[in-house]
Amino acid sequence: MRLSQDPTIDTVAKLGAVSVAMFAFVFVVMVPLYNVLCDALGINGKTSSEAYISVVSEVDETRSIKVQFIATNNDGMPWAFAPDVTEMVVHPGAANDTVFYAANPTTASMIAQAIPSVSPSRAAEFFHKTECFCFEQQPLDGESEAQMPLQFIVDQDLPADIKTITLSYTLFDVTSLMRDKVASR
Amino acid sequence: MGDHHHGPAKGLSRWLYTTNHKDIGTMYLWFSFAMFLLGGAFAMIIRAELFQPGMQLVEPGFFNQMTTLHGLIMVFGAIMPSFVGLANWLIPMMIGAPDMALPRMNNWSFWILPPAFLMLASTLLMEGGAPAFGWTFYAPLSTTYAPPSVTFFIFAIHILGVSSIMGSINIIATVMNMRAPGMSYMKMPLFVWTWLITAFLLVAVMPVLAGAVTMMLMDIHFGTSFFSAAGGGDPVLFQHIFWFFGHPEVYIIILPAFGVISQIIPAFSRKPLFGYASMVYATAAIAFLSFIVWAHHMYTVGMPLAGELFFMYATMLIAVPTGVKVFNWVTTMWRGAMTFETPMLFSIGFLVLFTIGGFTGLMLSIAPADFQYHDTYFVVAHFHYVMVAGAVFSMTAAIYFWLPKWTGRMYNETMGKVHFWVSFIGFNITFFPQHFVGLAGMPRRIPDYALQFADFNMMSSIGAFIYGASQLLFLYNVIAAITSGKRVTDEKIWDGAEGLEWTLPSPPPYHTFEVPPTIEEQPAH
Repeated sequence: MRLSQDPTIDTVAKLGAVSVAMFAFVFVVMVPLYNVLCDALGINGKTSSEAYISVVSEVDETRSIKVQFIATNNDGMPWAFAPDVTEMVVHPGAANDTVFYAANPTTASMIAQAIPSVSPSRAAEFFHKTECFCFEQQPLDGESEAQMPLQFIVDQDLPADIKTITLSYTLFDVTSLMRDKVASR
Repeated sequence: MGDHHHGPAKGLSRWLYTTNHKDIGTMYLWFSFAMFLLGGAFAMIIRAELFQPGMQLVEPGFFNQMTTLHGLIMVFGAIMPSFVGLANWLIPMMIGAPDMALPRMNNWSFWILPPAFLMLASTLLMEGGAPAFGWTFYAPLSTTYAPPSVTFFIFAIHILGVSSIMGSINIIATVMNMRAPGMSYMKMPLFVWTWLITAFLLVAVMPVLAGAVTMMLMDIHFGTSFFSAAGGGDPVLFQHIFWFFGHPEVYIIILPAFGVISQIIPAFSRKPLFGYASMVYATAAIAFLSFIVWAHHMYTVGMPLAGELFFMYATMLIAVPTGVKVFNWVTTMWRGAMTFETPMLFSIGFLVLFTIGGFTGLMLSIAPADFQYHDTYFVVAHFHYVMVAGAVFSMTAAIYFWLPKWTGRMYNETMGKVHFWVSFIGFNITFFPQHFVGLAGMPRRIPDYALQFADFNMMSSIGAFIYGASQLLFLYNVIAAITSGKRVTDEKIWDGAEGLEWTLPSPPPYHTFEVPPTIEEQPAH
């Protein structure tokens, strides 16, 4: 295909198009592809950010999986943040409930976002959350506290060699991020 | 039309408005040398601080600014523009073209560079200091925790990216459309081949770098969360995007160096280059592989095992075409009537030291071993062997090789040889010990270190001062040659040199090949 009679202009037009396409490639291919791959393969221990629709399934009473909970504050986050229990023993297929405790010791109302990560990362795709405080941002008034619920199911197809799963939450302060978004509307 | 044989305009406007490939090549070369001295001065500050353990001269924050600016200026300000300058001077003369295909764009792609680097250097004077997050500017260090001057850094990267893309489009358009009749692709000198492939790499990946810094800009100022986990982004994504640019970038730096060496070694061996076609294919293979190995810079981020294995094997595969090249250079010298003028000395120095850098690269490519080497001085030693002894040595060889052609005056050969030996010894004193301290666990980018690393660091610093000082000798030799060097009138200054540029007078007139030359049966390489 020739874009111009002049071969030089033809070459320049094609190469210019390539460089514009590569710039667009970063935004419309690399970023979504990275997120899709991480979600699909459970790379980085990323769990699904949407609630799992549970399918009726048998509870596998023969296996017991230890699930550990870790709560971490990101840099500069002043909240108190901790799991109610640090460890549970569950059967694959059964729905389990637990809560995390959060308290805002400051006088200002703040918004937090918890980001989950599962270790070992191979377990991420077998760890289903039917309800999680991490699906939404958590607003909390100054000097108040909250119990944040989590309901999860460990998949029966979890590889046999995995006996322990660690679910870690990092709590980020997104107050200013949200305020900017509201302000820019 | 006016007089076709007019000379250059007079005064400053000659340089501001010039569209002549030789003028623009000269400006690129001087600019990159100025940046080389600036980046070198920053390196001297780094080595002075590391001369002894403990904090002596600078604040840790300033030390981080120095490592960052040293890397950025050397990669983007010194090495890349120097090879663009070489391309401007040589490609039209090597393929029998009167000038570059797009002379006005050529002027523009040079003249936006100095403001970009002025802006980058000016961040040193800003509140909060210059960028201090390393030349790889990983998020969130370069976003959430960056100094306010990061916005100027982003704009500087945008400008020099645009400059590189324009320069590359120009080179591709020149090589594809302006070769003299009879100059088929497989008759082109290897320097032209390597630059053609490099230019394609640049067009493909400089926009990716622009995308990465644009995302940083949006995260910092417009409330997006590409790299912020709190908003649903991921800092590891930054590393993937950066190295998708960054790995081809290291071949962008080294491929033109391969081209230079492939011109010089045959000239002083008085034999045609061994395996011309395999050199072309090896260059293309390296360029292709450079797109599928980026994650070997990030083995420790927690990739799945399959990913680690893929990137490990793909990286090791690059040793094959690179080995072909080294084999061909050595075989070119085999039983040649060799002489050892300064350009040849630097080329052989390149060959030996670049191969050492290649081997340490192979060590680093082994994923399980890399967890030990990652972010240590072993990595610093590795990339200085390929960047300094690779790219900078070959650039130095190129200047000594073509300077008599460009100026019609000879440099001082004795001083050139002294420059080589002082550089070669200084370089090795600087970087060889860094392998050992790296293997022993000394981390990079830290202004202080444990006492057991003291002796090797002092050696490194002394070597760095020697290497740095030897570059002033080089500068003096070049200036002395231009102003008062012995005149050379032969077209073929080096009796073994082949190619169209050696059919022109020395110095070549302002306009050359306005009538395309006839390509004889001579092999162009």
